[in-house]
Amino acid sequence: MRVMAQMAMVMNLDKCIGCHTCSVTCKQAWTNRTGMEYVWFNNVETRPGLGYPRTYEDQDEWQGGWVRKPNGRLALKAGGRLKKLLTIFSNPKLPSIEDYYEPWTYDYETLLNSPASENFPVARPKSLLTGKDMQVQWSANWDDDLGGSQEHASRDVMFKGIEDKVKLEFEETFMFYLPRICEHCLNPSCAASCPSGAIYKRAEDGIVLVDQDRCRGWRMCVSGCPYKKVYFNHKTGKAEKCTFCYPRIEVGIPTVCSETCVGRLRYIGLMLYDADAVLEAAAVEDDHDLYEAQRSVFLDPRDPEVEQAALAAGIQADWIEAAKKSPVLRLINDYKVALPLHPEYRTMPMVWYIPPLSPVVDVVKETGEDAEDRGNLFAAIDTLRIPVEYLANLFTAGDVEPVNGVLKKLAAMRSYMRDINLGREPDASIPAAVGMTEEEMYEMFRLLAIAKYADRYVIPPAHAEQAHALEELATECSVDFDAAGSFYDQALLGEGAGYPTPVAVENFRMLQDRQTSDTVAAPDDKASRVNLLNWDGKGTPEGMFPPRGDGGGA
Amino acid sequence: MNTFLWVIVPYLCLAVFVVGHVWRYRYDKFGWTTRSSQLYENRLLRLGSPMFHFGMLGVVGGHVIGLLVPRSWTAAVGVDDHLYHYAAVIGGLVAGILALVGMSILVYRRRTVGPVFSATTPMDKVMYAFLGAAIVLGMWNTIAGSIFSLGGEYNYREGVSVWYRSFLAFQPDADLMAEAPIGFKLHALVAFGLFALWPFTRLVHVFSAPVGYLTRPYVVYRSRDDRSLGSATPRRGWDRVG
Repeated sequence: MRVMAQMAMVMNLDKCIGCHTCSVTCKQAWTNRTGMEYVWFNNVETRPGLGYPRTYEDQDEWQGGWVRKPNGRLALKAGGRLKKLLTIFSNPKLPSIEDYYEPWTYDYETLLNSPASENFPVARPKSLLTGKDMQVQWSANWDDDLGGSQEHASRDVMFKGIEDKVKLEFEETFMFYLPRICEHCLNPSCAASCPSGAIYKRAEDGIVLVDQDRCRGWRMCVSGCPYKKVYFNHKTGKAEKCTFCYPRIEVGIPTVCSETCVGRLRYIGLMLYDADAVLEAAAVEDDHDLYEAQRSVFLDPRDPEVEQAALAAGIQADWIEAAKKSPVLRLINDYKVALPLHPEYRTMPMVWYIPPLSPVVDVVKETGEDAEDRGNLFAAIDTLRIPVEYLANLFTAGDVEPVNGVLKKLAAMRSYMRDINLGREPDASIPAAVGMTEEEMYEMFRLLAIAKYADRYVIPPAHAEQAHALEELATECSVDFDAAGSFYDQALLGEGAGYPTPVAVENFRMLQDRQTSDTVAAPDDKASRVNLLNWDGKGTPEGMFPPRGDGGGA
Repeated sequence: MNTFLWVIVPYLCLAVFVVGHVWRYRYDKFGWTTRSSQLYENRLLRLGSPMFHFGMLGVVGGHVIGLLVPRSWTAAVGVDDHLYHYAAVIGGLVAGILALVGMSILVYRRRTVGPVFSATTPMDKVMYAFLGAAIVLGMWNTIAGSIFSLGGEYNYREGVSVWYRSFLAFQPDADLMAEAPIGFKLHALVAFGLFALWPFTRLVHVFSAPVGYLTRPYVVYRSRDDRSLGSATPRRGWDRVG
């Protein structure tokens, strides 16, 4: 047993209202740069729908992820090392910009500079790639809220096997939102596809990152990732991907997408897992067993044996404590309501989802029956092959049993809590029907419905005293390279050449201080504010510099 | 003049090539990339890029054999001049035509596809000029010199190659180049110009051909406190602590 820690996320899809706040804040934080205009580290898809990039789930086409060979070993679906090197001059499976969308802006200047005229001036869309006028035809979220789905949605690959039963007429269809970030997989096929070895998984927290200094722009990671969550920066010629906001995670605050989530549907916590068991679990024969296989890789930090092994593996005690309190652990392993996205890609994804019950509830409601009654909901889950089969195609490689189980738990929770909220006697047979105790069900309700910030995000800060330096000073963060105006800009060595400017971790600490301190102005840990106007330059007033860390004094 | 052209200029270019690469690698690891434009356009690239690259691999291989292997060595293993000539001309033609056609497709693509054209830097254009000229002159030498024998018989293995080896051994014999036909002279000069430009262009990606991929484990783990974490040296004043 080799214990490793993994920062993981669970999203409760029932609570997603499709507001795209996560996407927008993520974009503002990470991808609002030239070369990244078309890139959304976080995007929210309406399902059924084509997703972003279009039909990325069609692995017959894109060849992402792993396949199990007849001899029981895993191989990259797009071909092994030799084939990768032979096709390196022209990656055969790279999505083109049309598969994402051609980024554009509007010519706002004509609105302001236009002389008085009979007609309103029009701000035309201009391509951000060529600067020329363009016809906007697609975007990251073109089929939002089933827009145009009568035309497109039939190409949704997740309808495989249920094509004949699907109704896309507006009155009869169903929909939900699927927010997606990088899965930070236990068995990342992007890293395995990288010829340069620039993509790595951090040993401490499992976050998968691209070393911007070692990436040579071979683009194999883009095709290797079945979720298409590695992107090619077309200005710098380097791959970039979701960083799980590691500068924030390292200081104990959640990712930007989680922090700003309006529905509060995201949970972040640690999962301990047995790194030795990953490959075997990813190579089980039947796709339907992959969900259980991945769950079997996870270790229970409350088990004293696991705790011992974790300590022996160098995981700090406060991290083990955090792993015990992890909301992600509870949702995945205790209540078993969270499911992985596309386990059939065999990458062991670590962003899990609680499938939405709402499409089922909506159907029951429309029949005029009581949509909070356990019997009605259970019957509906059993008889409604759609959307349950659709959900199963997304989350369990098509196996409806686990999805049924989760939906029934959610339905039971609904009925059980209704009794409590209406002041009726709670019915113990409801949790029992789904194999839970009353206490468990209530705890699950608390976690899903009213959990506070500190319960949803249990993130132990990184152990900076172990590190020679915080990662952000050591590994270049792609955002740092946007500094414009350098002599080497574009003209000589390509955009962004040269040394990066590190992002200061202090900014995040100060922001946190400001958010959590009681005083208006000064951070609490500083004795007084320094007035630089009357400081005579002699000595160092207290509070002028942040306290020296343990590793300080270079 | 001969000393200037065939001793001073080549060594200057070689120095720029070596020092330039060291400097670029230390200063600009982030800019060390293929700067691929496949995202913008795939159809022409699919055709042109493999043609060009595999052609160039052949061209480089041919040059290694032609320039570095002395005539006596090939004779010793039983390859006579006639056979060598055939192999060299046919191999050279195939590789050269592949590279030339591939490059034409790629340059056409660069000019006509909007996004690709706007992503082309001035350095790219200068480099293409030198690279194109070197390939065309090389083809001319093969076709005009070796097949039609225009401008008299010339065996480069007795001239240019010997000079090149003497150049690499730091005992350059400029007279050997002075006797070579004009086509070879121009080809060599353009090539040295290309070498001098090399470290400042996207051509640096040649030196990161990822052969290590064949042997390394699929998934790379790195620890935060690993010294090799960031490969760039921190800027002055941002030295790592501890």
